[in-house]
Amino acid sequence: MNLILDIAWTHVRARVRQTGFAVSGVAIGVGFSIMMASLMQGSQDDFTRRLVDTLPNVTVSDERRAPPPQPAEQRYAAVKIYGLTPEARRPGIKNPLATMAALEAWLPGRIAPSVKVQAIIRYANHDVATSITGIDPHREAQVSDLPKQMRGATLLALYRATNAIIVGDRLAEKIGARIGANITLQTSVGARLSAQVVGFFHSGVRQIDESTAYVLTKTGQILARQTGLINELRLRLKDPLQAREVAARIENETGYKSVSWQEANEDLLSTFIIRNIIMFAVVGAILLVASFGTYNIISTITHEKARDIAIMKSLGLPESTVRAIFVVEAVIIGLAGALVGFAMGYVLCLGLGSIRINNPFIDSDRLPLVYAPLHYLLAGGVALVSSVIAGYQPARKAARQHPVEIIRGAT
Amino acid sequence: MTAPLIEARQVTRILPGVVPTTLVRDVSLAIGAREFVAITGPSGSGKSSLLYLLGLLDLPTEGEVLINGRATTHMDEEERALTRLSFLGFVFQFHFLLPEFTIVDNVMLPMRALGRLSASAMRERAAHLLDALGLADHLHKRPDQLSGGQRQRVAVARALANEPPVILADEPTGSLDSKASGQVFDVLHELVEKHGKTVVAVTHDMGLAERMHRHIELLDGRVVADQSHANVTSLTEPSLNSVYNATDSPS
Repeated sequence: MNLILDIAWTHVRARVRQTGFAVSGVAIGVGFSIMMASLMQGSQDDFTRRLVDTLPNVTVSDERRAPPPQPAEQRYAAVKIYGLTPEARRPGIKNPLATMAALEAWLPGRIAPSVKVQAIIRYANHDVATSITGIDPHREAQVSDLPKQMRGATLLALYRATNAIIVGDRLAEKIGARIGANITLQTSVGARLSAQVVGFFHSGVRQIDESTAYVLTKTGQILARQTGLINELRLRLKDPLQAREVAARIENETGYKSVSWQEANEDLLSTFIIRNIIMFAVVGAILLVASFGTYNIISTITHEKARDIAIMKSLGLPESTVRAIFVVEAVIIGLAGALVGFAMGYVLCLGLGSIRINNPFIDSDRLPLVYAPLHYLLAGGVALVSSVIAGYQPARKAARQHPVEIIRGAT
Repeated sequence: MTAPLIEARQVTRILPGVVPTTLVRDVSLAIGAREFVAITGPSGSGKSSLLYLLGLLDLPTEGEVLINGRATTHMDEEERALTRLSFLGFVFQFHFLLPEFTIVDNVMLPMRALGRLSASAMRERAAHLLDALGLADHLHKRPDQLSGGQRQRVAVARALANEPPVILADEPTGSLDSKASGQVFDVLHELVEKHGKTVVAVTHDMGLAERMHRHIELLDGRVVADQSHANVTSLTEPSLNSVYNATDSPS
């Protein structure tokens, strides 16, 4: 075995208890870091998955990002005109079938037309503003998980009554409607319709569950008071992470406002960044504290071994070799700590995953956890690097000691 | 005489501090091959300091120490370490063995640091050295399982590990009883007589110093006497007296 390794290993092995403490310090740091990262990542992934599943990956609406230039502006380009009221346009996507066909030619995913109407649901003295989407139940499965999120009925129940409606479970709770209840829908364009609740859905995203309802496309068109209206195309992509690019391309080709799920939830996704910063700060602090343990033990060993250092130097071991011995000791502690920490992190995750919790905001009664090798590598790497840094300073100090001073002191 | 193995040229060592202490003052001497040198003097006379300077453990404030004709003050730490490793062997008053390692591992340490031999060759050589010093039965014991004299002989074996031409010993018998100390002295003596080594030993034991070939006496960091064997016996008494008398009188 290499001389440096040999001496380092002997020093570490000779103090089982002390090194044990240092190793367990690092291990606890690594273990809890892994657990935290797993939980943070898990809950984030869980949340993102629900967002992706519930909402279409991309929504193409009949709006435009910028109001189209008005005829007066087009005619007198050199003149700046203030106070122009934008021309009222007929709502809806023009020639939706042709548009869809054009998109389907290249789209890496599926597409479904729908009608979106804002309405007020009236029931038993409750007035609730609701976003109502007119859908084709047969095509819905291709673009969203709504069929899977149904409670108490299937999506096909929409065919069961004349004006059937499916509402979010929280919305139903809010207005106190049960299956079979007749509720009144009132839209801003003046349509008024009596509809029968045929089922509930539960997406898990509160905001959606308390303000969304689904009807048939035909019913939606009646509410919008426009026959044949399609004002929204909803897309599901094979790879949801492509949504931004796809949305940009659709917007570029059709001119219609296309919103990816990331854009629609930017505020939520940006909180993840803050969450991650908090996580890394806490994890970093844990590992930093653990590295103090390493610093301590290396300092102690170098103090105890001052005599050995002097003798090794007087025999002719160069400073770099002596320094390397103690840095290697720090590496051994860091490495052992990381390995024990890996096991500990894994066990902690298992333990955490086995806890049942009833949280009204989370559907499953288990904590969402992710087992990612990256977490292990990161935590282990940081532990190792901080051990080396913690060990280097005392090692350097020890190696620089003048052997004569110690030999003199001993005689 | 050929080029000396160790040479000091006007070496002065001043310990910095609020009140600077002069340990060694303007010492010049040359030590050649096959010499058996005793450095003596009262405590505080700078004999150990001189040995450390000759052994490159310490740097002179002024002057130059030459090892095998090469100046050493300009060397960097690494180079001086290598010189110590390959050219000089050290024996101290206390054995200074690494307590966690076996005897044979301790002897192998300088060889491994130098890295010129294969692992098996190192082990063989270490065993051979220990055998020659009468420690063949203790190869795999730890230092604390040996007597003081045995430990000191292990230290000698370690000093010889890389076959250095020069052995520097700082009170090698200082912590031993007379029997063990006699054994260690015999070992050192044999190194010079049979193996052609040069041994420089700091000692306060005048009996031993008399039996060595050359006797350098220090007082207040200066060489006050440097006699070869023939003169030692006749000059020891008076010079000793002068030394001890001198320490009492202010200089």
